[in-house]
Amino acid sequence: MEAEAVSNGRADCCTAAIACKHCGEPTTSGDFCCVGCEAAHSASHSATTFTAFSSIAHKQDNGDFRLELSVEGIHCAACIRLIENAVAAQEGITHVRVNMTTERLSYSWQGPVELGDIIAASVVKLGYKLHAPGNDEADNSSSAQEKALLKAIAVAGFAAGNLMLISVGLWTTTTETMGMATRDFFHWVSALIALPTVIYSGRPFFKSALSVLKEGHTNMDVPISLAVILASIMSVSEALRHGEHVYFDSAAMLLFFLLIGRYLDARAKGKARESASKLLSKLAGTAAVLEDGQLQRVPIRELKSGMTVVVAAGETIPADGKITKGESDVDLSLISGETLPEHAAKGGEVFAGTLNLTGPLEIAVTKASENSLLSEIVRMMEVAEQGAAKYVRLADRAASLYTPVVHLFGALTFAGWWLLGAEWQVALLHAVTVLIITCPCALGLAVPVVQVLASGKLLKNGVLLKSGDALERLSGIDTVVFDKTGTLTIGRPALLGGDYSEEMMRLAASLAVHSRHPLSKALSEAYEGTLIDISVSEVPGKGLKCIHDGDTVKIGSRKWCGPRHIEDTGTSALELWLSVNDDPKAHFTFADQLRADAFHVVEALQRAGINTHLLSGDRAIVANEVAKKLSISTVQAEVTPTEKCEYLNALKVSGSKVLMVGDGLNDAPALAAADASMSPSSAIDITQNTADIVFQGDKLSPVYDTLVTARRSTALVRQNFALAILYNIIAVPLAVLGYVTPMIAAAAMSGSSLVVILNAFRLRSKRALS
Amino acid sequence: MSVLLFLVPIALLLGLIGLGAFLWTMKNGQYDDLDGAAHRILIDDEDES
Repeated sequence: MEAEAVSNGRADCCTAAIACKHCGEPTTSGDFCCVGCEAAHSASHSATTFTAFSSIAHKQDNGDFRLELSVEGIHCAACIRLIENAVAAQEGITHVRVNMTTERLSYSWQGPVELGDIIAASVVKLGYKLHAPGNDEADNSSSAQEKALLKAIAVAGFAAGNLMLISVGLWTTTTETMGMATRDFFHWVSALIALPTVIYSGRPFFKSALSVLKEGHTNMDVPISLAVILASIMSVSEALRHGEHVYFDSAAMLLFFLLIGRYLDARAKGKARESASKLLSKLAGTAAVLEDGQLQRVPIRELKSGMTVVVAAGETIPADGKITKGESDVDLSLISGETLPEHAAKGGEVFAGTLNLTGPLEIAVTKASENSLLSEIVRMMEVAEQGAAKYVRLADRAASLYTPVVHLFGALTFAGWWLLGAEWQVALLHAVTVLIITCPCALGLAVPVVQVLASGKLLKNGVLLKSGDALERLSGIDTVVFDKTGTLTIGRPALLGGDYSEEMMRLAASLAVHSRHPLSKALSEAYEGTLIDISVSEVPGKGLKCIHDGDTVKIGSRKWCGPRHIEDTGTSALELWLSVNDDPKAHFTFADQLRADAFHVVEALQRAGINTHLLSGDRAIVANEVAKKLSISTVQAEVTPTEKCEYLNALKVSGSKVLMVGDGLNDAPALAAADASMSPSSAIDITQNTADIVFQGDKLSPVYDTLVTARRSTALVRQNFALAILYNIIAVPLAVLGYVTPMIAAAAMSGSSLVVILNAFRLRSKRALS
Repeated sequence: MSVLLFLVPIALLLGLIGLGAFLWTMKNGQYDDLDGAAHRILIDDEDES
């Protein structure tokens, strides 16, 4: 890809200067313009995998085939363009479109169905990972629901606007100046607009009200439906009786405001579920199985004991097994919390979920996926999830109080006026105005508006909410339990020091850049100068080797290229040696470092009156050292996943509300058991999947910021409820006494909604820790 | 007041046109990929020649 051709169309993440190695976009930060390109580049330069997708292609009416796939790693405009161009360049393509919001690629083509795989391969070759889209039905039904709500809003909005136009005419004149005929005309035009709207836009409420009534319960939708239907019926009867007051505009406006609240709620839930299902589709991948000398992609859950699986360097090992061929280093950090990769060779055992780093491996599956360590942890998680008490949202609790009270007031008003000798129509009129005026507009908007604003604000800071009530649960937290590796620390080693010259550093970095080994990565990241272009071979389990200026240069463990006369002191794990012609020239030491702001975050949490605990699977010395640095007093080291889970349950039993922050597979059950859970986006998929909240970046501050936002938004929700109650205290007596006209009802309704929305916007003003 | 007989239907008709336009854009999938649309504006048109 020439930089020239695209230099004008740069994405927002690309500013100027060097061309990105992957897409050719100009970039300032290193070789790539964005993380997507970097990931894509490394993927396309390691293993190219071929997956058969054509089996899920649909035949369309015009004879073309159509395929929809979920794509991983679309980050900028260049990604869209690259993928669409690559697909469009293939033979027989009739349509191609990338959807960035849903991270889906859809294309259709003419000709044989197998062509679909060749087209998919062209995208894979660019380095984007493709998955068969998982859980399609749930996605479709929720987006269909959102669309239906949006349509209902549009209709209700149109009706409310036009009805208001007519109503203003009615309110500002009297029968004497307008004349009876004109008023009746206005009433009937209103009815013409309002009745179809109520029938169309009211359905979401009617349906839900009907379904709960059938089960003998009530919810918020029952009084809403009752108010809207009674208001419409009463207004028609008033129009027939040539009465003065009709409430068509109130009915339409009620629906309009409530639908907005309903839509925002559905959207927040949909977004949360979407991010959850995106993670899930990553997990439900395939493995390359060697059968009769041929490679085949098989879904991971269909792997059986005895199959031979080929795992390329950089791939995740799909099942527990024994290595039959090859040699490599395996990254266990996500399972055990151990920072350094373990050397693995023929005969060695490997576990599902670990990452194969340096060389291709052939593995005989010993346990089918169901019996793997991974699955055991998943099972523990499920048990923990079932044990966790079901959380009742604030809004639901409010609704369960609200409904009977409103109905009681309505009934009392009717009975009161009737017993005092009023006509039954008049008594009903007043009862209905009570129902309208107590309409839960403010109540219906109080939660969703705050939630949408809060999740939007968090998303901007790289925090992803995965469940709708996560913020609410988080706000009640009084204890935070941290995992160590990958949570309080970055989870990968960084260069600490050593004994090397500038020249040796350059040489070492030039070698290290060719490897995925965490120490190599740390080394090449630490070096900022220009690299020497050399061809390097990786010796799995030992290190890297190359010929430079006629000398054999090696970089690796002390055993392989370190000095032979110095005894191994036992700390040799976190160092690298460089030798030229087997003569040790330099060594580098590394350590897993704390996240830069870990201390401040822990301090801020403690200052906010929150207990902090450290729970680590690592050795006690390491855990205690970290705890001491961060002044965390409660430490538990060398705990197994089961013990982590038990620790959390014990905390919960003692009355604490616990937030668990962790990234490893060993944390997953504990995350599920906690009242609320967070994990960094570097965590293993399954852990991210369990966590309520996922945060990105190298900083720990999102933990504190999210907590602050959660507390603040819950406070705002409570304020909004208080405002709604206050408004009702003023409005209900007026309605009961019969002083409310349609104009007052409309003003009160929109006024209270507006106040609630404006109050919610105050969420934006406060700055969090940064 | 007979002017109302014209003006009210005209007002409603205009409103209905707006409503129809919105429903059409929705059916047409114009709100399906708002993130993508925001980024696509940065992509240059391909050279036709």
